[in-house]
Amino acid sequence: MSDATAAEAAPSTVEVTINGVAVDAQPGELVIAAADRAGVHIPRFCYHERMSPVGMCRMCLVEIDTGRGPQLQPSCMVPVSPQMVVDTTSERTQRAQEGVLELLLINHPLDCPVCDKGGECPLQDQTMAYGPGESRFVEEKRHFPKPIPISDLVHLDRERCILCDRCTRFADEVAGDPLIDFTERGNETQVLTFPGEPFSSYFSGNTVQICPVGALTASPYRFKARPWDLVETESTCTTCAVGCRIAVQSSRNELVRYLGVDIDPVNHGWLCDKGRFAFGSVGSPDRVTAPLQARTPSSTTSDIADAEPLRRFQPTDWASALGAVAGAVKAARPGAIAVLGGARGTNEDAYAWSKLARTVLRTDHVDAQLSDGLPAELAVGLPAATIDEACSADTTLLVCGDLREELPVLHLRLRGAARAGTTRLVEIAPTTTGLTRNAVRSEQCRGGEAASVLRNLLDGDDPLAGELASGSVVVVLGRSSVSESAEATAEVAAVISARVPHARFLVAARRGNVRGALDMGLAPGLLPGRALSASPPQELAATWGELPGERGHDATGILAAAAAGEIDVLFLLGADPLTDFPDSMLARLGVSGAGTVVAVDSFVSQSAAEADIVLPAAVFGEKSGTTTNLEGRVSAVGELVTAPGSARPDWMIAAELAVLCGGDLGFLSVDEITAEIASVCATHASAIGPDLAADGVVASGAAFEPEFPTEHVAPARDAYGLRLVCSRKLYDGGVTVSQTPALASLAADTVMRVHPVDLERVGVESGTEVEVHSDRGALRLPIVADAGIARGNVVVLFPSPHIDVGALIDVTAPVTDVRIETRGGEVPR
Amino acid sequence: MSFFSEENRTLAREIIGRYPKRRSAMIPLLHVAQAQAGWVTEEAMVEIAELVDTTPAEVLGTCSFYEMFKREPVGKYLVNICATMSCALAGAAELMEHAEERLGVRAGGTTPDGLFTLASAECQAACTEAPCLQVNYRYRYRVDTDGFDQLVDDLAAGALDDEIPPHGVTARVRQHIPAGRAVGAVPPEAVNEPPVWIAASASNGAGSA
Repeated sequence: MSDATAAEAAPSTVEVTINGVAVDAQPGELVIAAADRAGVHIPRFCYHERMSPVGMCRMCLVEIDTGRGPQLQPSCMVPVSPQMVVDTTSERTQRAQEGVLELLLINHPLDCPVCDKGGECPLQDQTMAYGPGESRFVEEKRHFPKPIPISDLVHLDRERCILCDRCTRFADEVAGDPLIDFTERGNETQVLTFPGEPFSSYFSGNTVQICPVGALTASPYRFKARPWDLVETESTCTTCAVGCRIAVQSSRNELVRYLGVDIDPVNHGWLCDKGRFAFGSVGSPDRVTAPLQARTPSSTTSDIADAEPLRRFQPTDWASALGAVAGAVKAARPGAIAVLGGARGTNEDAYAWSKLARTVLRTDHVDAQLSDGLPAELAVGLPAATIDEACSADTTLLVCGDLREELPVLHLRLRGAARAGTTRLVEIAPTTTGLTRNAVRSEQCRGGEAASVLRNLLDGDDPLAGELASGSVVVVLGRSSVSESAEATAEVAAVISARVPHARFLVAARRGNVRGALDMGLAPGLLPGRALSASPPQELAATWGELPGERGHDATGILAAAAAGEIDVLFLLGADPLTDFPDSMLARLGVSGAGTVVAVDSFVSQSAAEADIVLPAAVFGEKSGTTTNLEGRVSAVGELVTAPGSARPDWMIAAELAVLCGGDLGFLSVDEITAEIASVCATHASAIGPDLAADGVVASGAAFEPEFPTEHVAPARDAYGLRLVCSRKLYDGGVTVSQTPALASLAADTVMRVHPVDLERVGVESGTEVEVHSDRGALRLPIVADAGIARGNVVVLFPSPHIDVGALIDVTAPVTDVRIETRGGEVPR
Repeated sequence: MSFFSEENRTLAREIIGRYPKRRSAMIPLLHVAQAQAGWVTEEAMVEIAELVDTTPAEVLGTCSFYEMFKREPVGKYLVNICATMSCALAGAAELMEHAEERLGVRAGGTTPDGLFTLASAECQAACTEAPCLQVNYRYRYRVDTDGFDQLVDDLAAGALDDEIPPHGVTARVRQHIPAGRAVGAVPPEAVNEPPVWIAASASNGAGSA
């Protein structure tokens, strides 16, 4: 109460004088921040606007007069007060700056010519701008062994460290992984990890970016380039659906580094390590550089494909490859063409393929998701919330997978919001997650039962019902496991919408531009602009003409139809169903049962290896356009390097194919597609323009209200079995990780994790290899005890490197129950 | 495998229970660890991290800040001979030389039998009693060479066991606070009311103990 009245009484601005100019500062704002906003730069090393100030480096000393005469004070530690007079250029300030720099350089080696930071180093720059020019220190400097790896990705050179506390503060405050800390004391102080416990944070790369000297370097960039040789463009990361703003940098036509760009609504300058180092996969030598055609019919060559995928193919030229595709398309029966994927490209790619499918291929069998997300109509039609809204809602309800593993920077934002007290996190999950510590409440449930847990809470006399009814609510809704049906997740939306009608949803879609692909109509029954095919908007109907009448199949339907021999041409648009589709048996039958399989991909993925024709696609960094993040925020992606060989953007392939099939998509450049999207999609009319700001624009609204599934009773439990939960890991078996040299070795091992009590029931030691059986199939995997798993669940990584977890999953079953067998009681191995 | 003995695990739990935040128990637990092993082992730091819900890196950071937490094995008796001004004037250097000869190790070293670690120390604030030394931080005043030999003999023979416990033991009698008399583990952020002395005029009391 007293806080509120104090806030009312307090003036909205505080007037201070900085270098003789009156400045209106925010109450409580730090002097250094007020100066920044007023365009006065105060040099600093330790202060970072996204972390709490510590006053470690003393570089920001300025003369501050609060009525008692001017005194040198660290401007990062002093909040503004009325009538404060600040002088950042006075003689005393300058002497202080010179002194601080002279002292910092006592122990800092002058190895700038061989230091990766040289040329973009705050210490170097500020020494030039504010330093004394010479040093009185003639003694030998302190020496440490040159850089020691503190994780697989980050190296630490302790000689260069100026102890600004940025990396350690970041690890503790922002990332929540305090695995590095100051050790020792005084002159001996140094940043270190605990022996044998590396700084293996998903966010470790940020410490390299915020290090004000060259003490922290990232192994993928070390000695790769000099800053003045870099070419840069601003873009939006499409590794996951958060859409962090990044600066993409290249040297000699090779991507060498991504840096986080600070935008308020999304990433606050942070990136996850997967996004930051994913450029390695762009320059991978395994990229497809020319169209490939299978030497013999695919049905007879799977043995060869298994042995050496590329031997099945012979490189060809675009004309013959596209001619072959067009031939197959023309020969196909009506309605026997399907397009899977499209979530890895730009909005323009998705729009082009959506248009190609509907107007030229005359099919509605399109799906950007591989039955691993929400039903498409819910994903685009639910009342949407932004990340900022999720971070400021009275209650943010998390019913999704572990965000730290799936959408790391969203995890950071929510963690920060929970710590700052701007929202309360309530979580319903089958395991503890990265946010469990920060949640005010964490309900564990069996896989697939989140909806019934929620229903019991909201219909009973639990206080949660009242809390949700009275305040603003954002639900972060995602598929927490692919081994349960999408309906289970849809039902959560139904339960909430029925009881908390004012709740808004942030759909935790995972794959890069899946939201953009759905917005562009890459799902059965959907059209660009979040419209239903059943009632196409006028502008769209005018441009596209007649649409396929019948609603098509989704990914499951497409693969089932292909398995039944009903699909003559199957396009895999950057999709790899053999790896990513939950049900690997259906995926295998579908891909082998389809007539002609055309993979548009950058790598010969497992599925592309089974294809008849592989068309090389340009990827992130090699094409421009726009992308859409999970909020529906449209932002620009930039083109910086040339695609290898003759690889080209997906949209271009669609446009050429259209011509060869006797149609015309009506555009010849990305900009024309962008303009067409803006003109036919009411949702995107204001969002897309030639000069999209860094923040991007949220495309809001949908042309329809989604229908919710009816609520079910939770599926019966198998009393002797365990419920399979397929969790995600940031470093998984996917192509981004396996093709990025820096990340490939970090891929998680595949184990089954169960609650210790459940392991006791199984009756083996933690780490033993056991057999796991479902109705569908069986696998051998090590089983490990983990107290973070809810009783009754068994958690396995999906997709797993080397292990086909999908063999256990029947995509048509609501949940997957498994039994664990330990061969006759004896402990194997 | 756990580092703490059963008895010390119980003690650790009791100590943790005294604080609103588990992390506050870090330094007391480091003392318990040092008392148990004579020095702070890596296993001890890992286990403390687990007990107080933080990372080993943070425990190491705290532990290494304090000179008196030893992260290498030290002898049963840590002999710190003062080398600062008053003691130096009163013959501390000669005393150190004698000590090195007598124990057969250099300052900083530990005798092969693991009984003594000899160290040179900064001023121990007993300048009127120079030259002085400490054995496991227990003072010995105006120590001459004969006195030093006598001290070493007594320590080795166990004659001073009552007075000087092995290195790491801070006190023989440990404070035990019955659970009912603990202040009440209310984390600071859970306290909404102003402090009692401010709210003295208010009708209701403070805290939700």
